[in-house]
Amino acid sequence: MDLTFSPKETAFRDELRAWLADNPPDPEPTDGGEDAHYAWRRDWQRRLYDAGWAAPSWPTEYGGRGATPSESAIYFEEIGRARVPLAANTLGLLLGGPTLMVWGTDEQKERYLAPILSGEEIWCQGFSEPDAGSDLASLKTRAVRDPAHPDEWVVTGQKVWTSGAQYSKWCMLVARTDQEAAKHKGLTYFLMDMEQDAVQIRPLRQITGEAEFNELFIEEARIPDANVVGGVGNGWKVALTTLMNERAGLGFALQIRLRQLLDDLIAAAAERGLLENGGAGSYSDALAELHVRCESIRLLAWKGLTDAERYGQPGPEGSLVKWLWSDTNQRLTELAAEIIGPEALTMGTSWSYELLRARGNTIEGGTTEVLKNIVAERVLGLPRLKVAV
Amino acid sequence: MDFGLSDDQRDIQRTARDLLAERARPERVREHAEARTVDQALWRELSELGWPGIAVAEDHGGQGLGRIELSILCEELGRSLAPVPFLPSVMAATLIEHAGSPEQRDRWLPALAAGDATGALGVAVDGTAELVIGAVEAGVIVLVEDDRTARLLGADEAEVTPVASIDPTRSTARVGAIADGGEPLTGDVSAGIDRSLVAVSSELVGVCDRALEMTVAYVKERKQFGVPVGAYQAVSHRCAQMLLETEKARATAAFAAWTADAEPDRLPEASAMAKAAASDAAREVTASAIQAHGGIGFTWEADVHWLYKRAQLDAALLGGAKRHRAQLAVILAEQLQASATA
Repeated sequence: MDLTFSPKETAFRDELRAWLADNPPDPEPTDGGEDAHYAWRRDWQRRLYDAGWAAPSWPTEYGGRGATPSESAIYFEEIGRARVPLAANTLGLLLGGPTLMVWGTDEQKERYLAPILSGEEIWCQGFSEPDAGSDLASLKTRAVRDPAHPDEWVVTGQKVWTSGAQYSKWCMLVARTDQEAAKHKGLTYFLMDMEQDAVQIRPLRQITGEAEFNELFIEEARIPDANVVGGVGNGWKVALTTLMNERAGLGFALQIRLRQLLDDLIAAAAERGLLENGGAGSYSDALAELHVRCESIRLLAWKGLTDAERYGQPGPEGSLVKWLWSDTNQRLTELAAEIIGPEALTMGTSWSYELLRARGNTIEGGTTEVLKNIVAERVLGLPRLKVAV
Repeated sequence: MDFGLSDDQRDIQRTARDLLAERARPERVREHAEARTVDQALWRELSELGWPGIAVAEDHGGQGLGRIELSILCEELGRSLAPVPFLPSVMAATLIEHAGSPEQRDRWLPALAAGDATGALGVAVDGTAELVIGAVEAGVIVLVEDDRTARLLGADEAEVTPVASIDPTRSTARVGAIADGGEPLTGDVSAGIDRSLVAVSSELVGVCDRALEMTVAYVKERKQFGVPVGAYQAVSHRCAQMLLETEKARATAAFAAWTADAEPDRLPEASAMAKAAASDAAREVTASAIQAHGGIGFTWEADVHWLYKRAQLDAALLGGAKRHRAQLAVILAEQLQASATA
């Protein structure tokens, strides 16, 4: 057991930390709405890209640094610690690129990877549907070959929770190509060009009042055969590659974000004199419990990552970390509403945003209920309840 | 970063688990618990293997290994609930090692390391400590007061009144010093207390692990309405929660054991976190184990209650979860102060 970074990891961290200190992003725009905000993040990605920091975990042949999983985790921790935004093309960098590296043809890698990295082409994810949430494989969007142009697919259906769709050039789209096959088997993974009239985007207003996500209405959109990833009928496997990347990378950025929120809350509590009396302050117990949880998340996240790196076997930590993180963020932001007071319940403040946004955490990227099922079935080996269908 | 055990540490873990699976079977633990006796034969065997001295320096007859190795043994003994005074003995040795004079160390550590004498550690209020584990058979008892002054008592310098605690797998007693009995431990007891917290936390991780293992096995077997009850999400999600609590306790205990040797500056924080997490986890996990066993879990024969009882005693030992969170809050406030002035 050695819970320190290696000299190589330390050097990686120091180099990045120094670069971030010397190259801060422009101040976050205060007006201009979401478009201005996105432009700001896109500009930031350009700077990361120019310095070789857009996606350090990508292999050097694709423009990355060939960073190890541990270094990649350090990258997200440092981005979080510096309180700078993630690169704009988050889904392309974390999900799309790595999925193509596994399943893409040489032509696809050649065509798509570089513009993902530079931020020139933004990517979004078309997986969930109104009737296919946790049960993703039951999705209904269908793709059929055009009888007149057999090298083209015609896609019709509806997708939901598509973040960044309005800025995207490409959509990672999973659609049903075989109506007869078993539900996991009739799926195909496509890259769909978002710049066509057959794809309509409608913002999905969420409980925070803003629209981070969209609905996609797809009416006979066209996708060339060359944009199938991983082969026709193999979409479920390809999608799983994407979903596994989703859990691995973002976790470390989110964990640091949680840590910062807690530090802010502890400071706010201290300012209000709530940490006095030698640990007997009214909120001391709850804050200390959050600290224990934050540290547990950090330790479990690192344990899962380094066990996989060293022993080739991830433990049960992945699902546990996401579950614990989402639950802790909800507790933290609710405690903040008590400690901070009216400001935290006033629209437009960062604490009120955090409070409301946190409700999504136990749903997005795997609901807590599904995570518990995964832990029960795959980690503990408990029998699966046969559901009547 | 590497959370894994070294090959040698794995060997220790495997050997300990195999040995205890053989020598501390549930029926033997129950026999001793019902008679409220120490398993002397097992204690002799463990002593011959050098267990009590695993973390005692070689100069004092120990094996001179680290706190991680000690934690491995604590966890395995927690899993098995072996009726031996291992935990109280290593806690006493730790206090003497870190706060004792050279003479006190020379006098007691070799005996404790060899298992020829056993020890106990009590937290006293006005000279009297309640529910001191292992005090009945102890040759040496360390009593720590709330103000962190401490006294070292030989068996004949202490008034030991056995008390039947709810956990009969170990002896418990009220301990007071006879007038002017014993001698002060003059060093700072904090290092020894913090390391003792890690040992208790590791034992609790073992208790959690075993409770979860028994529960998972049971809910796979037990059928109601024609299906194993473990197929119901009300039950399976309870088991998932038990795993989450266990893994939290395991991660924080491992971190604390590592800091004890590698980064002792962080030990006060790490040990408070470990004890808070492990105390809560063990009480919740063992209570859940009884619930998931249903009516059987409430019977004397089912054996899960021993784990619940051990969890209750250990959770209270050296302060419960809330007390350690209060300590953590003080540390957090200090850290905030330090970062503000830096």
